[in-house]
Amino acid sequence: MSVLVNNDTRLLVQGITGNSGATHTRGCLDYGTNVVAGVTPGRGGQKFDDKVPVYDTVVEAREATDCNATMIFVPPAFAADSIMEAIDAGIELVVAITEGIPVADMMRVKSKLTHSDSILIGPNCPGIITPGQCKIGIMPCYIHNPGDIGVISRSGTLTYEAVWQLTEAGYGQSTCIGIGGDPIHGMTHLDAAKLLTEDPDTRAFILIGEIGGSEEEEAAAWIKENCDKPVAAFIAGATAPPGRRMGHAGAIISGGKGTAEAKQEALLDAGITLAATPSEMGAALIKALG
Amino acid sequence: MNIHEYQAKELFDKYGVATPAGRVAESAEQVVQIAGELDTDTVVVKAQIHAGGRGKGTFKSGFQGGVHLCDSAEKAGEIAGKMLGEVLVTHQSGEEGKLVRKVLVAASVDIDKEFYFAILMDRETERVVIVGSSEGGVDIEDVAENSPEKIFHEPIHPTLGLQDYQARKIAKQIGFSSKQMRPAAKLFTAAYNLFMATDCSMVEINPLVLTTDEEVLALDAKFGFDDNALFRHPDIAALRDTDEEDPREVAASKFDLNYIGLDGNIACMVNGAGLAMATMDIIKHYGGDPANFLDVGGGATEEQVREAFRILAGDPKVDAILVNIFGGIMQCDVIAQGIINAAKEIEMNLPLIIRLEGTNVKEGRQLLEESGINLITASDLGDAAKKAVESVAKSA
Repeated sequence: MSVLVNNDTRLLVQGITGNSGATHTRGCLDYGTNVVAGVTPGRGGQKFDDKVPVYDTVVEAREATDCNATMIFVPPAFAADSIMEAIDAGIELVVAITEGIPVADMMRVKSKLTHSDSILIGPNCPGIITPGQCKIGIMPCYIHNPGDIGVISRSGTLTYEAVWQLTEAGYGQSTCIGIGGDPIHGMTHLDAAKLLTEDPDTRAFILIGEIGGSEEEEAAAWIKENCDKPVAAFIAGATAPPGRRMGHAGAIISGGKGTAEAKQEALLDAGITLAATPSEMGAALIKALG
Repeated sequence: MNIHEYQAKELFDKYGVATPAGRVAESAEQVVQIAGELDTDTVVVKAQIHAGGRGKGTFKSGFQGGVHLCDSAEKAGEIAGKMLGEVLVTHQSGEEGKLVRKVLVAASVDIDKEFYFAILMDRETERVVIVGSSEGGVDIEDVAENSPEKIFHEPIHPTLGLQDYQARKIAKQIGFSSKQMRPAAKLFTAAYNLFMATDCSMVEINPLVLTTDEEVLALDAKFGFDDNALFRHPDIAALRDTDEEDPREVAASKFDLNYIGLDGNIACMVNGAGLAMATMDIIKHYGGDPANFLDVGGGATEEQVREAFRILAGDPKVDAILVNIFGGIMQCDVIAQGIINAAKEIEMNLPLIIRLEGTNVKEGRQLLEESGINLITASDLGDAAKKAVESVAKSA
């Protein structure tokens, strides 16, 4: 019941010995994620919490443990380098949690990513979770339940909000993907929508967008032509003033582009059920299920 | 982050982007000296504030216009004397206007043609893109609307960078002659080098001008910088002028809080940018008006929460405060302790609506209950927004 991560995921953590890296590695271990290795340059040979071996480079970790996913907590100044190191080592799934990576760095990362087989989620994202099987990221565990509803979102806490509404209403989740709030990032709304549409164990999904860019419109256009599953959506930022960056580097209305209104129109046109407020995301999905 | 016109000119000078000769001054005497040194008949004196519309603005003293052409150094000094230390009001400055502390003195140039030139970080193509047009000195959005065929785009390869042929190509596309092409291309390359070296998000030169002497010059420019990259450009970060910003935003930025002031009366404190926007949306949905956007971030400390609270409570426009926290990295008990500390320090009579969920939520709720602070708890986001709007309606 999932996409991208499951019981077979063998997780590496880059930046495992840093403060947040350590905290959230423990959170993932507690959840039952199979954390097989960590990387911190200069700390090779140590063991994290007496159980997870630490390596100096990703390629060494890959050779020794056959890890197939990585979670990156490296500080912003060095995070682009870490993402490229993971791509270079052939890690299949790269999840970059780090917030605040310069856009020019991400532009170069994307250039390398395009010529690889790796999938990048993030940066500036909460991560990805398949409830009951594998958590890669920083989301609170107790709000999730295994089930068949997918969640895609650019925002961390807004994802928790949607997941909690679903869980409280008795609807579990197949996989929840936080794609991140930066203007240049890896997996898009469209990529995630395609995966959830093709996943036999996902019955329906919620797409949570925000002002800025045109990814929600692209996903809506694809869903209109290709997706038979019920889809609900919410767009944050309808009341945001133009020209101001609303926290996320990617959340900005500029030159009249990226407005909530345009996104809502595209979603409605695709037959997607819109939540009027963020407290009705779960209800909108239930309505879409019919 | 915005910068002043004179700072933009200094950056252009440093990277070899041609501009009219001139310097910044802080006194009328300096203006006379600079104007005298410029080898020109006419100089232009420009008030340095961030708000646009300076030329048509009015000083509170009654003096008209923040941009003046002067035919002598003495005249320039006299005009500068009427600008410096005075408050200039423009259509963008707000009624309170902005104090003019500096003026730019520059050689006036005779313009033959005006062009538009910009370099942008384009999120759709995930590349740097150069945009050029023969239509300069006007709003580029209008050109895009009315004559899109006059706008040219040149995407730049992310690792190869701007090639010389691309610079020449743009110069010809937007209407420079074969003789003018090289100086134009040279300016484009210099501007691109500046863009990349300082992690800009935008450099917009409008107008880019061809003078009657066939010089190609950047006459006015707007800069945008990538906030995420300022850590590696202390010289750029130092260009920030906090006198030009909303004092609430300046106070928030000292504590790494992500704050944007708005005009409503319901203040909100939220963790996460998406949820913060959504909280503004839902306040509006229930008929209220948000006073701000505030994302306290993923790993906020007690001190940050306390300072955030201080800023919200200290805003005279605010009639109620809504706290909406969904803890992930953020722990609800940390937030609760920050609120309790702040409430004890600040005498606050405003309604306080709190909604907590997520990591350590039980501990957080318990702390609040035991604190004896007067607050309204909400069961979910919708409930919180409704209660906030109701509390403001009651006090009105």
